[in-house]
Amino acid sequence: MVGVTRMADQDSAQIVTDGLELELFDCRDAFSKTLEEMAAKNPKICAVVNDSVSSTKLKSFRSRFPERFVNVGIAEQNMVGVGCGLANGGMQPYVAGAGCFLTARAMEQVKVDLGYSNSNVKLCGMSSGMAYGELGPTHHSVEDVAWTRIIPNLAVVVPADPIETRAAMLYSEQHVGPMFLRISRMPVRRLLDENYRFQLGKAVQLRAGTDVTVITNGVLVSRALEAAEQLAVRGIQTRVLNMSSVKPLDTEAILRAAIETSRIVTAEEGFAAGGLGGAVAEVLALNHPVPMRILGLPDQFAPTGSADFLLEHFGLTASGIYSAAKELLGDNGKLRDE
Amino acid sequence: MVNLFSSQDANGREPLRGRELAEASQWLRISAMTMTHHAGIGHTGGDLSAADILATLYLGGILRVRPDDPAWSERDRFIMSKGHCSGVFYSTLAARGFFPVGALKTHMDPLSKLNGHPDRNKVAGVEANTGPLGHGLPIAVGAALASRMCQKSWRVYVLTGDGELQEGSNWEAAMTAQQYGLDNLAVIVDRNRIQQGDFTECTIRMEPMADKWRAFGFHTVEVDGHNHEALFAAFTEAASTKGKPTCIIANTIKGKGVSFAEDKPAWHHGVPTSEQLHAAAAELGVEVPWLE
Repeated sequence: MVGVTRMADQDSAQIVTDGLELELFDCRDAFSKTLEEMAAKNPKICAVVNDSVSSTKLKSFRSRFPERFVNVGIAEQNMVGVGCGLANGGMQPYVAGAGCFLTARAMEQVKVDLGYSNSNVKLCGMSSGMAYGELGPTHHSVEDVAWTRIIPNLAVVVPADPIETRAAMLYSEQHVGPMFLRISRMPVRRLLDENYRFQLGKAVQLRAGTDVTVITNGVLVSRALEAAEQLAVRGIQTRVLNMSSVKPLDTEAILRAAIETSRIVTAEEGFAAGGLGGAVAEVLALNHPVPMRILGLPDQFAPTGSADFLLEHFGLTASGIYSAAKELLGDNGKLRDE
Repeated sequence: MVNLFSSQDANGREPLRGRELAEASQWLRISAMTMTHHAGIGHTGGDLSAADILATLYLGGILRVRPDDPAWSERDRFIMSKGHCSGVFYSTLAARGFFPVGALKTHMDPLSKLNGHPDRNKVAGVEANTGPLGHGLPIAVGAALASRMCQKSWRVYVLTGDGELQEGSNWEAAMTAQQYGLDNLAVIVDRNRIQQGDFTECTIRMEPMADKWRAFGFHTVEVDGHNHEALFAAFTEAASTKGKPTCIIANTIKGKGVSFAEDKPAWHHGVPTSEQLHAAAAELGVEVPWLE
């Protein structure tokens, strides 16, 4: 039984409202810019890519730090092993490539060379989820969270916006051990304040609520906030937790939400099985079962379509989250307990 | 033999040559076999084929390491890519003074630090967690790149099996090593010509082995992997080769030194009985170090 303590000590963050919230950002820009900043100050920072110079947006890094930029070619198993070796030699490697290949192709290296070895390597899965929509399921990285989160020692982080991407990158430099960072290329709104600081293992409450909680991360956070707005119109107060740290998981925040709101919806840009929803369900089932909906891809590969089309197709939208919350709450959005 | 394996003054120990190194190699063999007998599981054939290579590297003074300070940042890195041959590897590390020889008696016991495959977080001197094949060379390439990035002079050595080279990740790493001209990297191939199920050439043909490495841009030398002087010369040649990595193909005999195990696929993971252990010791000219 995981104890629920520090009930009042809720980690929350202000949602930005400075006019920039309508602009759209590619989190890869925050990733590459932050990595360059880090490398400028820390001579141990280096980057490893699998020919993915442009798709990781590391061209500028290569120009500024050519001696700390390794392109192993199209060879993901080797790339992860090289990262492990660089760490053995005292460097702090950021191994970056399209998430679909980086995880699936190199999974044994991720398990053994990074997780089991507890290597100080940061694995950056670029263009995660269904960002490569039309290119098809070969290029979707929707299994990665399920695969990585069960590996001991490996932290798994899914940032929501450019601010959190930058904050997670800065955090990762100080974190000794392997970490998987899921970096999206889907245009996202800026959600978090400039002063936001990422904390591994801590959920961030982006909206207070007592009727239902939506636990989400990545590109779905903004959609969850929209859903919460729509639910508020119906008088339903929705708590929104940004669970960017899938591992370690903030079990306290999950149990607090279960106790205080009695209903949980999870939403993720990945398979519903095994990912964030699965992780939350494990905590609830063992400690405090409450009615739950897990939004994600069903047990099927995606059809052809753009990233936005596919999110819509699988109900990974504000309206999909809205519907799931209403379903949990019962009759036409009226609170069952009223 | 007692002095040789004492852990006193491990950092400053004089390297072994000639007869002493030959005796030490035989001790590594019987130690590995004893461990396999004790555990009831192991990889005798590959332990015996790799013994002279490991003895030359660790006890012959090729590797600059500090057993009393295993994390010394300037140390040479040795990656045991054929991690299944943990018996001979652990014996070598103990002989070099990384941990007491007595610890070898716990090989694969419940909760022992000496797992069937090496774990760098548990055993001093182990650089990489290996066991699944094809992991060592990419890690070695990364370490060699790190040495260069840090403008250091420490070198990287990796020992692979020959059947292991059927894993494609090795050739991915070989291409990277060539592209970056990693002359601080030496790959040693334990060319014993046998893999788990059969001879390599009856499984997936590995010849022409040397041509493969040359085609991948390696300075390639072939040596008798049981001849210490030839191994010393190869390592010296590797260290003086500029602009490209070196591959040392060490032609070995699987099960070397123990007639009933030599060149027999069944001894890839054969486990010696007590009688076989004593027979092996007699052939190797050493004593069974311990038996429980």
